[in-house]
Amino acid sequence: MIASLYISFTKWEIVTPSVWVGLANYARLIRDDRFFLSLYNTAFYVFLGVPLHLFLALLAALAVNLDLRGIRIFRTLYYVPSITPAVANSILWLWIFHPQWGLANGLLQSVGLKGLYWLQDPKLAKPSFIIMSFWTIGGQMVILLAGLKGIPQSFYEAAQIDGANTRQRFWKITLPLLTPALFFNLIMAIIGAFQVFTQAYIMTEGGPNYATLFYVLYLYRMAFENFRMGYASAMAWVLFTIILLFTLLQFRISDRWVFYESSLRA
Amino acid sequence: MVTKGNASLETTQLARPIVDWGLAAKRIRRALRAAFWYAVLSFFAVVLAMPLAWLVSTSLKTGAQTFVMPPKWIPEPIVWDNYSAAFRAVPFHRYFWNTIQIVVFATLGTLVTASMAAFAFARLRFPGRSFLFGLVLSTIMLPNVITLIPTFIVFRALKWINTLLPLIVPSWLGGGAFNIFLIRQFFMTLPYDLDESARIDGASNFRIYSSILLPLSKPVVATVAIFSFIHHWNDFFLPLIYLQDTKKWTMAIGLQGFKDLYSTSWNLMMAASTAMILPLLVLFFLAQHYFVGGIHLTGIAGR
Repeated sequence: MIASLYISFTKWEIVTPSVWVGLANYARLIRDDRFFLSLYNTAFYVFLGVPLHLFLALLAALAVNLDLRGIRIFRTLYYVPSITPAVANSILWLWIFHPQWGLANGLLQSVGLKGLYWLQDPKLAKPSFIIMSFWTIGGQMVILLAGLKGIPQSFYEAAQIDGANTRQRFWKITLPLLTPALFFNLIMAIIGAFQVFTQAYIMTEGGPNYATLFYVLYLYRMAFENFRMGYASAMAWVLFTIILLFTLLQFRISDRWVFYESSLRA
Repeated sequence: MVTKGNASLETTQLARPIVDWGLAAKRIRRALRAAFWYAVLSFFAVVLAMPLAWLVSTSLKTGAQTFVMPPKWIPEPIVWDNYSAAFRAVPFHRYFWNTIQIVVFATLGTLVTASMAAFAFARLRFPGRSFLFGLVLSTIMLPNVITLIPTFIVFRALKWINTLLPLIVPSWLGGGAFNIFLIRQFFMTLPYDLDESARIDGASNFRIYSSILLPLSKPVVATVAIFSFIHHWNDFFLPLIYLQDTKKWTMAIGLQGFKDLYSTSWNLMMAASTAMILPLLVLFFLAQHYFVGGIHLTGIAGR
């Protein structure tokens, strides 16, 4: 109780814009081509990256939930990349994507394909970031795995006695009971992807030809390189509105597919 | 798991076959299935391990060895000196110390305040609860940047720029909606019967929180602790904004600064990156059994 009061208080303080800026900033935003470009870049990253990312994380979670000897080793291996610091990770992948000496092209050439200009190619730069994001599915995988582990074994035993086969057990028990974890991951992934920053800041600085000028990177430059705090705040509010609408939509839809034990008791 | 392989034993003694072909076939099928899954798992393990292997491999190469195509996996000669060279180039020990301070105090704050808030939202009924929870959730959705500018102005007014405080204090104010939401999600899956029986025995809210829900949520708390540790260790955005003074730099910012200085010495950059990743891996292996190991979300001893 005290804690939540506490929180509401701090958030209040934080959300309140410290400087009132008129609508002039928003008017200028609408005329700013680069703003729309950064929005497009970010949307590209969100709508392509997030679903693929979540799907792969689910597959990984199901795979490492198998009852096999030594499965823990796989869990560890799959998880480890996702704890690498974004900075170290960015520097590493900059090297992997190096058009001349990088591992990515090394592998392509070893199977007889031509190397690509990954981050230097305006068409490929964003997909490169998405590919890079697959490396870190471990974080979501762990949350989904926790969800899988939380499903009481007795449910499966009961289903088996009732003659449900593996597929039915997955669709009727595993997936429904995993929906809270999936929902959580989806929300977090979308919000996170909208705010992609560090990789672009370190690896491409928004290039080539502004192909990886993501929203938050552009905002950062406005605020902390050009010191146009008012403009940046306006951008922040626009982003917030977009994310908010998305999340509300998610919650609206979630009633249809997310299953909570406590909702049975309400 | 009750297998049906023994069903034949329960049939009449006379009709019992000498070799149970059904059982043998089942065993073979099971072995094949396991082999198949091992193959799939191993393939992806190799794919995911490759970048890290390459990181370490590059960090042990001479400058000339890094520019070889196709890439060589095993460096020859192995150059351990890259690590000391990287550490001589910039004061990583200072960055390390700064980072540790932030991580420890911020993680502590997160655990205490996030679990309390999660308890309030999962179990207590108070006026405006759903409204407040909505507020907290909306703070998840707040782009860091929206809070960033006002908080930056606040911290500047407090003269906290170039100190570690802006990176620690916010964690003591709820520990982040992400963690509250996560712990609450887990609390929600714990059966209410536990609380109710404790309440009948006269336990206070705080008692229920600290003696029942929290112990049952140990794996989750450990998970949040590790997430928090990792988050603060890896955090780049906030230190970038608050710490202009190189004496106050964290590992993350130090590494970025290092990259600006040595952008073509890939071997040194990989050594520095490895040095930043390594402590995390050590931590992870120490805490692993807690964290990935059997998480009983339900609080019911199912296994």
